Amino acid sequence: MIRYLAWRVAVMVPTLVLISMLVFTIIELPPGDYFESYVQELRAMGETADLQEIEDLKTRYGFDQPVPIRYLHWVGGMLRGDFGYSFEYRMPVSEVVGSRMWLTVLVSMVTIIVTWVIAFPIGIYSATHQYSWGDYGLTFLGLLGLAIPNFMLALILMYFANVWWGVSIGHLMDREFMGQPLSWDKARSILSHLWIPVLIIGTAGTAGMARRLRANLLDELDKQYVTTARAKGLHPGRVLLKYPLRMSLNFFIADIGSILPAIVSGAEITAIVLSLETTGPLLIRALQSQDMYLAGSFLMFLAFLTVIGVLISDIALAALDPRIRLSGRARK
Amino acid sequence: MIRLPPPGEPLPHSVSDAPFDPVADHAQDEGGKLAHASQIRVMWWKFRRHRVAVWSAVFLALMYLTAAFAEFLAPYDLHTRDTANIYAPPQQVRLFHDGRFIGPYVYARTMQLDMENLQRVYAEDRTRPEKLRFLCRGDEYLLWGQVAGDRHLVCPSQGGSAYFLGTDRLGRDILSRIIHGARISLTIGILGVAMSFVLGIVIGGLAGYYGGWIDAIVQRMIEVLQSIPSIPLWMALAAIMPVTWSPLLVYAGITIILGMLDWTGLARAVRSKLLALREEDYVQAAQILGARPRRIIARHLVPGFMSHLVASATLTIPGMILGETALSFLGLGLRPPVTSWGILLTEARSVNTLALYPWLLFPVIPVVLVILAFNFMGDGLRDAADPLR
Repeated sequence: MIRYLAWRVAVMVPTLVLISMLVFTIIELPPGDYFESYVQELRAMGETADLQEIEDLKTRYGFDQPVPIRYLHWVGGMLRGDFGYSFEYRMPVSEVVGSRMWLTVLVSMVTIIVTWVIAFPIGIYSATHQYSWGDYGLTFLGLLGLAIPNFMLALILMYFANVWWGVSIGHLMDREFMGQPLSWDKARSILSHLWIPVLIIGTAGTAGMARRLRANLLDELDKQYVTTARAKGLHPGRVLLKYPLRMSLNFFIADIGSILPAIVSGAEITAIVLSLETTGPLLIRALQSQDMYLAGSFLMFLAFLTVIGVLISDIALAALDPRIRLSGRARK
Repeated sequence: MIRLPPPGEPLPHSVSDAPFDPVADHAQDEGGKLAHASQIRVMWWKFRRHRVAVWSAVFLALMYLTAAFAEFLAPYDLHTRDTANIYAPPQQVRLFHDGRFIGPYVYARTMQLDMENLQRVYAEDRTRPEKLRFLCRGDEYLLWGQVAGDRHLVCPSQGGSAYFLGTDRLGRDILSRIIHGARISLTIGILGVAMSFVLGIVIGGLAGYYGGWIDAIVQRMIEVLQSIPSIPLWMALAAIMPVTWSPLLVYAGITIILGMLDWTGLARAVRSKLLALREEDYVQAAQILGARPRRIIARHLVPGFMSHLVASATLTIPGMILGETALSFLGLGLRPPVTSWGILLTEARSVNTLALYPWLLFPVIPVVLVILAFNFMGDGLRDAADPLR
C-alpha cells in the first residue's frame, strides 16, 4: 500500500508540471495582454491612459521579461502560496476568489447532497423493477434531464418563474444583502434563493447518476451470489443492501475525482445565466478579459484538485475493494 | 435474475411437462441463419429490435435532410428582415374559416405601437384569412452555393406574412433561422467526432500496440487534458482565434477545438481494448502463422472493437453539439452572420426579453430533440455492437 501511494504521488509531479505548462500556454496564447485591452478600452471611452503607469505595472509584473522566466516566476509564486494579482479587480487573486468561494462551496455541496439523495432511490428502484412502467417513466425522465442542457433549463425556468409567480429568479441573495457581512437575514435570503440553482444544476447529475447506478446494479443483480442469498431465505431488502448495492458503488467512489473541482467551481454557464455570485462567472470573465493571473491560477487550482481527487478515489477504491490490485502499472 | 417468491413461501413447481427436445435451444436460429449471416447483418437485426433507436435514427435522418435542403424548406431567407414585423409573436396555422374548410391559412395582422408601454402590439384581423401558398416563389437563394432558385415549400400569401414561430429583434423569421442554423449545429458535432475519432484511434492505437514509453507519454497527455475543466479550456482555445478570421475559418477552428479535447476518452478505450485483445489466442495464432503487425492490427484487432467505437462516438456527438451551443451562447464560438442554434439562443439571454418575447426560446426544442435522438440511437448501436451477447 505504501509503495503504491508513493508511486502515485511521484507520478503526480510530472503531471502537475505538464498541466502548469499547458495552462500557462493557454493564457499566454491569445494575442495581446490585459494592458493592451485595458488601454484600448480607455481610448474607446475617450480617455487617455497614463502610459507611464502602465509601463510601471508591466515592469512590476515582469511583462517585459521573456516567457520562460515569467512562467518560472508564476509557478514559484504559486508554490509559496502567492497566486498572483488580478489586474481587473486590483486585488490579489486569492482575495478575489476567496470572497466568492464559500458561496460556491455552499451551492455545490447542497447540489451534490441533493443529487445523491434523489438519485439513489431512483437508481435502486429502476434496477429492482427493471422494465416496469415506473422504470420506463424514470428512464425517460432521466434521459430528458440529461438532454436539456443546464443553461437552457435555467432559461426556461426563468421564463416560467416570471409568468407564474411574477418573480425574477437569479442571484443568490436579495439585492440589499450584497456585500453585507453575514447575518441571520442574509442567511435566510440565501437559503430561499438556493433551491433554484440547486434544482437546475442538479438535474443532469441526478439523471446521470441514477442511470449509472441502475446499470451497475443490474449487472450485480444477475450474479449467482444474489440467487444464493435469496435461496437461503434472506430478506430481499437485506440482500440488496448487503451485497449487490455495495458492489455496484465502485463507480460512485471513482466519481470523487470529478466532484472535488466541481465543488470549487462548476456549472459556469448556468451561473452566468442565473447571475449567481459564484466563482464560475469570475473564471469565465477572467478568461475573456485576459486577466491572466486570475484565470491561470484558478485553472491551475482546479486541475490540481482534479489530480488530488483522482488520487483519493484510487486510494479509496484500492482500500475498499479487495478485487482491485495494487500492481500500480497496467499489466502487459 | 431468477424471480424468487417472498421468503417463507414455497417455490413454484419448476418441472416442464414438454418432451425434451435437444435441438430446441437452436430453434430461434432458423436454418442456421444467424451462423451464416455477416457481422453487419446480425448487428442490423439486433438494432432493428430496439424500436426507439430506429425511430431516433429516422428522425435524425430527416433532420439532416432538412439541413441539406434548408433553403428550399425554410419559408424565408436567413437574413430577410421585415421591419414591419419586429418581435412579432408566432402566427397560428388554421384550417377552418367560418366553419368552412379553406385549407391552411393564417390571419392577417396589424401592428400598433403602444406608446404608453413602448411596445409593439400585434392584433389578428379575424375577417381576413391569408391562405398559405405551396411550392411558390419567394426569397431567392443559391442552393449549396451552386443552384440558383426561388422556390420554397411554403410561403405566405402575396403581401402577407407567415411567421410560424415568430420573429426576432430584426424581424427575421425564427423558423427559417432554426432550419438554416441546423446546418451548422448538426454538422459541427459530426465533424468534431470524426476529428476526435481519427486522433483517438491513431494515438490510442500507438499507445496500445507499442506500449513502453510511447504509452507512458500518451497516458500523461490524457491525464493532463482531462484534469483541466472543459468549458474554460474550450474558452481559452476559442479566444486564441483571431477576430479577423472569416466565419468559415472560425467554424473549422471550433470543430478542431471540439475534436482536440474529446479524443482522450476514445484513445483510452482503444488502448485498453488493444491491450486486452492482443492477448487473445487468435492473435497469437496469427502471429505464429507469420502475419505482420499491420495485418494483425487491421484484420484481427480493429474489427474486434470498431463497432464499440462507433457506438461510443455516437454518444459523444450530443456533447459536441452542446459544446458548440454553449460556446456560441457565451459569445465565444461562432459569430453572426453565421447562424447556429447556440447563436439563436444568445438572443434569449436576459429574463426581460424572455418575459416579453417567449418565442425566442423555440431553438431549445430542436436542440433537446436532436440530443435525445442521438442518445437513443447510440444506446441502440451500443447494444447492437455486441450482437451475439
